[in-house]
Amino acid sequence: MNRFSYARPGSVADALREVSSSPAAKIIAGGTNLVDLMKYNVERPTHLVDVSRLPGLKAIEETQEGGLRIGALVSNTSAAYDERVKERYPLLSSAILAGATAQLRNAATTGGNLLQRTRCYYFYDAAVPCNKREPGTGCPAKDGVNRIHAILGTSEKCIATHPSDMAVALAALEAVVRVAGPNGERSIPMAEFHRLPGDTPEKDTNLGADEIILAVELPEARFTKNYTYLKLRDRLSYAFALVSVAAALEMDGDKVAEARIALGGVAHKPWRVPEAEKMLRGKAPDREVFEAVAERILQGAQGYGENDFKIELARRSVIRALSQAAAGTPQSQTDKRIQ
Amino acid sequence: MADLELPTRQGHAPDASLPRGLPGEIPITLTINGERRELHVRPWTTLLDLLREDISLYGTKKGCDHGQCGACTVLLDGERINSCLALAVTKDGCEVTTIEGLAAKDGALHPMQEAFIEHDAFQCGYCTPGQICSAVGLLKEGHARTREEIREMMSGNLCRCGAYTNIVDAIEDVLAKEAAK
Ligand SMILES: Cc1cc2nc3c(=O)[nH]c(=O)nc-3n(C[C@H](O)[C@H](O)[C@H](O)COP(=O)(O)OP(=O)(O)OC[C@H]3O[C@@H](n4cnc5c(N)ncnc54)[C@H](O)[C@@H]3O)c2cc1C
Ligand code: SF4
Ligand code: FES
Ligand code: FES
Repeated sequence: MNRFSYARPGSVADALREVSSSPAAKIIAGGTNLVDLMKYNVERPTHLVDVSRLPGLKAIEETQEGGLRIGALVSNTSAAYDERVKERYPLLSSAILAGATAQLRNAATTGGNLLQRTRCYYFYDAAVPCNKREPGTGCPAKDGVNRIHAILGTSEKCIATHPSDMAVALAALEAVVRVAGPNGERSIPMAEFHRLPGDTPEKDTNLGADEIILAVELPEARFTKNYTYLKLRDRLSYAFALVSVAAALEMDGDKVAEARIALGGVAHKPWRVPEAEKMLRGKAPDREVFEAVAERILQGAQGYGENDFKIELARRSVIRALSQAAAGTPQSQTDKRIQ
Repeated sequence: MADLELPTRQGHAPDASLPRGLPGEIPITLTINGERRELHVRPWTTLLDLLREDISLYGTKKGCDHGQCGACTVLLDGERINSCLALAVTKDGCEVTTIEGLAAKDGALHPMQEAFIEHDAFQCGYCTPGQICSAVGLLKEGHARTREEIREMMSGNLCRCGAYTNIVDAIEDVLAKEAAK
């Protein structure tokens, strides 16, 4: 690990000042991703700004719009087991519990989870080229070991995925990220928070380098009955998703009134295709429609060799997740058998 | 344990040459196993390295050093975390409980320690301190009741010897006894 100075500001304003004090300053919250990357010399901050004690960011509160505001420092555990979250946003609770382990979720924060970096093996190995880590050096994953890599929204420069489970549920629920910067506060909708790699894979998100996440805001509760978070991985727990699907349906009698589908493990950001979601409106939830929706979501999907299997896996996962959601039988995050 | 003269900071050559009391060291307070300690830490020292190398509590193990095995699990303010991914300086003011701190003052083992012995829940023992601390955290959380739930909630602790079945037996036993109280 490189050497760095350390600050523990007492207010958001002080934290913003500390963050801008050096271009190589970095925020630390739970540390479960940043410390790991620092040990690999992937991240080399010269100044660490510890936001973990900032007042006011550890609460889960009602919003004026009837939604819920989850502070950036709320642990993944606290968010997942909060009674309001479980009751009003069970999809979010389920997705968080599908990720990592009890120990990691205790330390991991809401803000840090959104900003965790890709698990691409080359990104983690500072001895090899990687456009995300060192722009312009190349992407060895494209023709290399890429079982965990993206099949949608990739670019010539990078085919990495975003590893968060929580973010997939937040995308489906159309949450908004509240951030503070030198010019005040602003909101970034989840759909615009993470980026596609394009020509600048070094930028994972649209958060400014001088900005701090304050909270995630959920709109009024919906999708409390017909939802599921289906996560498929190489072992049953303590592994990142190869493919995951957050599916949420609002039923009107026996027809679908509204649908949300977000995929994890397949792209540089949670993957949503609004046109595919619209295909479900007014339809009875049956396998034929689900198949058409899955086809539409995976339109243009491209494998890179070892991850070719993900295209078919994702297609089937969408169909299965929609069936689970329609039946009101969400995937258990304990009993991993897929019904 | 504390007076064993073990070489410290092996494989950390640049650190070994650093004198104590560098201006870069930051004063923190930690209550470790009930004992309040004023410490000076370099900001890059993890809680795991602090425990093992600076205060000679060797019970907490380093398996992977990357959050992938659970051998370093300790209780921080009663909640289980991976001490290898926590910078000590960020835990200023917290209470840390390690495997050395679970037994009562008179030496009576924690029920979870008893159960691990009773159920033969280890072979080489390397993962055991982390398993036991994790299991004590699980008890307090109260989210696991069935065997299946225990397995899922203990998935953050790998055991290369494969003592899993007996580990689940031990935890199930303690849960049942707690429930009967
Ligand atoms: C072995 C292992 C397995 C895992 N498995 C999963 C999994 O299956 N699913 C999953 O979703 N995740 C998984 N994780 C990742 C884990 O969820 C993240 O490491 C965690 O959520 C990061 O949160 P943190 O608070 O520890 O972030 P930190 O490590 O403190 O920070 C991460 C990044 O966010 C920035 N940051 C943090 N807070 C703020 C803020 N308020 N404002 C601005 N910037 C901020 C930091 O600068 C840093 O760049 C796993 C991790 C490990 C080690
Ligand atoms: S996929 Fe992205 S992160 Fe991985 S090696 Fe290529 S550029 Fe780097
Ligand atoms: S040593 Fe910390 S998880 Fe392996
Ligand atoms: S007992 Fe040997 S690793 Fe678990």
